[in-house]
Amino acid sequence: MSSEIKIKVNERLWPVTSSPDTPLLYVLSNELLLQGPRFGCGLAQCGSCSVLVDGVETRSCVTPVGSLAGKSITTLEGLPAWYAKQNGLRKPPALHPVQQAFIDEQAVQCGYCYNGMIIKASELLSKVPRPTEAQIRSAMNGHLCRCGTYPRILKAIVRASQTTSVPPK
Amino acid sequence: MRTAFKATKFPRRDLLKAGGALIIGFSWRGALFAQGQDAVGFIAGPDQPDPNRLDTWLAIHADNTATIFMGFVELGQGASTALLQLAAEELDLDMSQVKSVRVETHTAPNQGGTVAGSAVMRGGPRIRAAAAEARLALLALASKKLNVPVDHLAVSKGIVTVVDKPNRSVTYGELVGGKTLGVPFTGKAPLKRPSEYKIVGTRVPRNDIPDKVSGKYVYAQHVRAPGMLHGRIVRPRGQGAYGAGATVVDIDESSIRNIPGVRVIRKRDFVGVVASGEWEAIRAAQQLKVTWGTTASLPGNAGLYEKMRTETTTDTVALERGDVASVLGRAAHVVSKSYRCPYQSHAPFGPNCALADVQPDSALVVCSTQNIYLTRDKVGKVLGIPVDKIRIQYYEGSGTFGHSCHDDAAEAAAILSQAVGKPVRVQFMRWDEHGWDNYGPAHLAEVRAGIDVDGNHLRAEGSRDHDRGESYTTAAVYRDPLPLSNASLIHHCPKGRGEAAAETCGSFEAQLIWQADQIEIRTMNRDVLG
Repeated sequence: MSSEIKIKVNERLWPVTSSPDTPLLYVLSNELLLQGPRFGCGLAQCGSCSVLVDGVETRSCVTPVGSLAGKSITTLEGLPAWYAKQNGLRKPPALHPVQQAFIDEQAVQCGYCYNGMIIKASELLSKVPRPTEAQIRSAMNGHLCRCGTYPRILKAIVRASQTTSVPPK
Repeated sequence: MRTAFKATKFPRRDLLKAGGALIIGFSWRGALFAQGQDAVGFIAGPDQPDPNRLDTWLAIHADNTATIFMGFVELGQGASTALLQLAAEELDLDMSQVKSVRVETHTAPNQGGTVAGSAVMRGGPRIRAAAAEARLALLALASKKLNVPVDHLAVSKGIVTVVDKPNRSVTYGELVGGKTLGVPFTGKAPLKRPSEYKIVGTRVPRNDIPDKVSGKYVYAQHVRAPGMLHGRIVRPRGQGAYGAGATVVDIDESSIRNIPGVRVIRKRDFVGVVASGEWEAIRAAQQLKVTWGTTASLPGNAGLYEKMRTETTTDTVALERGDVASVLGRAAHVVSKSYRCPYQSHAPFGPNCALADVQPDSALVVCSTQNIYLTRDKVGKVLGIPVDKIRIQYYEGSGTFGHSCHDDAAEAAAILSQAVGKPVRVQFMRWDEHGWDNYGPAHLAEVRAGIDVDGNHLRAEGSRDHDRGESYTTAAVYRDPLPLSNASLIHHCPKGRGEAAAETCGSFEAQLIWQADQIEIRTMNRDVLG
């Protein structure tokens, strides 16, 4: 079931051997061996598989890999470089400010959902660098945390928003 | 970034000696029994580290660091950091000088399950005592080496220094020098007083968080093996009673003919599929037409609590203190309340996942579990392989409140791997996990509480677990102060279900609030009420 599909992930072009109808998640996990996006519900309901597609948070568990030709996919692993590119930084930071804020707030429990939390919060801050609490709540609404760490997630995103660069217009 | 997957070789703690390690541990006894016999006794045997051996609990390395062997797993609750704090404290090491290793059978002490949020409470005392004992042994060595009495020595960061002569020192690592210490463990090493704590009680950042936010943390769902196949289980959709599974009448393999390279595996009423691609396995499991002899069905929640109230149960008196019935009879205020909690799914955020590599006479299973040795027993049963030839490696999965389908995923992977002779990774789908979860039982607590004219607080409590046919009662007369929780009842009821403690505690605490309100009301109205 070989195909001519190539996808751009974290600024690199990868040939894909899976069939075009295969959800992106399984390609990222099994062919690219990435650990950021991960299987949660498989139904686009929880957000743990999220990636950025051209900067837009997307559920990789229901997105056919064949639909992504010519698009740029960013996973958790590529987030610092994506942030650097967005903000015209010469060098990617070790961590995206959202990742750092999650450490600073010790927000994580099991951490399984944090791929999606970080991807979504990064998308939010790229569009709204200084969001209000209401904007954060609204943006994060589709991401579930089984451990119930929501208050710390909220605090961490507020913290990240205070250190996030505002992209040049 | 991939985890090495070698099923053939069993780990031997002796390997540590090659790194010049002092290996020390202790026997499980003495003061540690004070935790109570329910605090999971040890089972020593050839298939797991002997708790009475010195090398079971911790190792001091030549580079002046220590490895702590824990029987409790990290579930996102921070146990792997907190237990290291205890060890570092007693050893006078920095947090940067202590680490733990992956919890797996054959190398981890068998401390029972990581349950009920008790890893620090139950695991802590042993690690603490082992660390204190190790420190004593090291000080004895240092005393000999530096030729000064032990009470003239001070330790900081694993460097033993002669008091007032800071240029005369030796490190733990230098003292060990590749030898084992070989001192008997007494379990009597004095522990530090809380006033001496430097690490315990401080805010130490969790050691798992940086990798968790950067994508480097390896969850059970991430582990892959060379040449492995992807498996999925096939069960009827819906919810079924746990332990009363459906029977297979017929499997129509032609229903998945359009998906290439899929094998259907059946072992009695277990059905699964394996394929080289994960997507193919997922599609095949969904599409495979299986005729089931019985369909999943549960009676539903209608009338649940009434049924619980009236059903025949095995009754246990968990606590009886004072003549509650008669005292309640003359109480100034009595309130009866009932607290109800429905069946609860453990509902891990990401369904369970396991990877098994079963050889003809041995097996390696990577999975998330709260009890590696219990999982090993279960896997041994389905494989027909002796447990000492089965190795269970713990990898954290996604958060779950209690014992979800950990073992089910491990067993499924093991069965499929045994059938195809290759490593098989099984990821449960949402419907597999939620439909057939070992749900926490519904719970009903009925509480009568009162305050008598002498200021005694009275409580008569009863609780029932649905589908276990068990009920527990406790009755007590308390004088002030009112206990925050009735430890005795929480301990016994419902038996063996850590997550159900929430229901039990919740009902008591709600009642406590009512009683506190009563006290306040009485205090405020003392003049009126007398």
